[in-house]
Amino acid sequence: MEKNSSCCFSNLSSNLPITCFVTFIAIILVRILYVIWRTCKPLRKRTSQQPLSTLVVLGSGGHTAEMIDLLLVLQKNKFTPRFYIAAATDNMSLQKARVLENSLADSSGVKEISAEFMQIYRSREVGQSYVTSVWTTLVALAHALWLMIKIRPQVVLCNGPGTCIPLCVIAFIFKVVGIRWSSIFYVESIARVKRLSLSGLLLYKLRIADQFFVQWPQLQRKYPRAHYVGCLM
Amino acid sequence: MGEAEDGVKPKRVVFVTVGTTCFDALVKVVDSQKVKDELLRRGYTHLLIQMGRGSYLPEKSIGDDGSLAVDYFTFSSSIAEHLRSASLVISHAGSGSIFETLRLGKPLIVVVNEDLMDNHQSELAEELAERKHLYCARPQTLHQTIASMDLESLLPYSPGDATPVAKLINRFLGFPED
Repeated sequence: MEKNSSCCFSNLSSNLPITCFVTFIAIILVRILYVIWRTCKPLRKRTSQQPLSTLVVLGSGGHTAEMIDLLLVLQKNKFTPRFYIAAATDNMSLQKARVLENSLADSSGVKEISAEFMQIYRSREVGQSYVTSVWTTLVALAHALWLMIKIRPQVVLCNGPGTCIPLCVIAFIFKVVGIRWSSIFYVESIARVKRLSLSGLLLYKLRIADQFFVQWPQLQRKYPRAHYVGCLM
Repeated sequence: MGEAEDGVKPKRVVFVTVGTTCFDALVKVVDSQKVKDELLRRGYTHLLIQMGRGSYLPEKSIGDDGSLAVDYFTFSSSIAEHLRSASLVISHAGSGSIFETLRLGKPLIVVVNEDLMDNHQSELAEELAERKHLYCARPQTLHQTIASMDLESLLPYSPGDATPVAKLINRFLGFPED
């Protein structure tokens, strides 16, 4: 008897690191499943009217134009402070965001602009091969982590540029690890009628976005968890 | 559009825009004799090309010998004025250019850039063409589209609205409806 129990005990102690590791992985998986389950559930009714810090991801071409259209109808006092992030090679987007914020400050008579403007390394340039994009995405991920640790937003608004993927993945990791619970809203571009963009596909399939909006009914039929909201432009 | 009394044709401008992209194929084909002849035949007098990051330079022309007057520039901070004074817009398939033109109620031919990887832009152009808000063409077929287009048959586009999204976002976050 004694020999058996000492045998068991020595087995356990030699397997301890493995046991710990497996347990750790299991905890992470359960936590991830919980986050995914909880992700599409609306937040509880807010008794306090505290504004939510908001990250706005801008992108070249129509992305920023569509995002500005959305921001114009959101109540700014609920979504503040606002952090705008655009790709480092994108010169016009932050400028357009600054114009928006300036006009907001003018119209409300407030001198202080409660907005910050930042640039991030791009995961993938338009036309870049998908193979080299793997490395550039890793660099972008590291940079995104740095920015996200500083911002820790409660709301993330994005509409498709590749820059939003590292940011949304990190926001999701923050949820898993408990650093910050954020609500991620993704509006697929109006230019996507029958197929989702790569960013949209990733955020939809991996269930990272809390709410996923599409602007054409064909997409809503294909991706039933998406909300059809009609054309924004 | 009738002619003025002294026989001078009223100014009808065709504005071509490629947005912030490089779309030499469109600029080249618009500058070709085939397309310019077709535009003249349809009663246009001036051709203004916004060529963006392209490298092909069209040939400028004053158009005093009855030919089309041609001019071009690379970028401007806002093309709204050019859109407003145009009688016809020929644009690349970028959503910004498309909707800016449709919101101004201008007749529009969208030309899809076939050199782009993963050409998702064509989906939007084709969908809007199906709904009869614009004409859709490829660089090689542009002259045929110009020849056969019936601008009266185009349907006006009513601008979209972002408030449904805002409502859903507010509701999700638990903000009270106002």
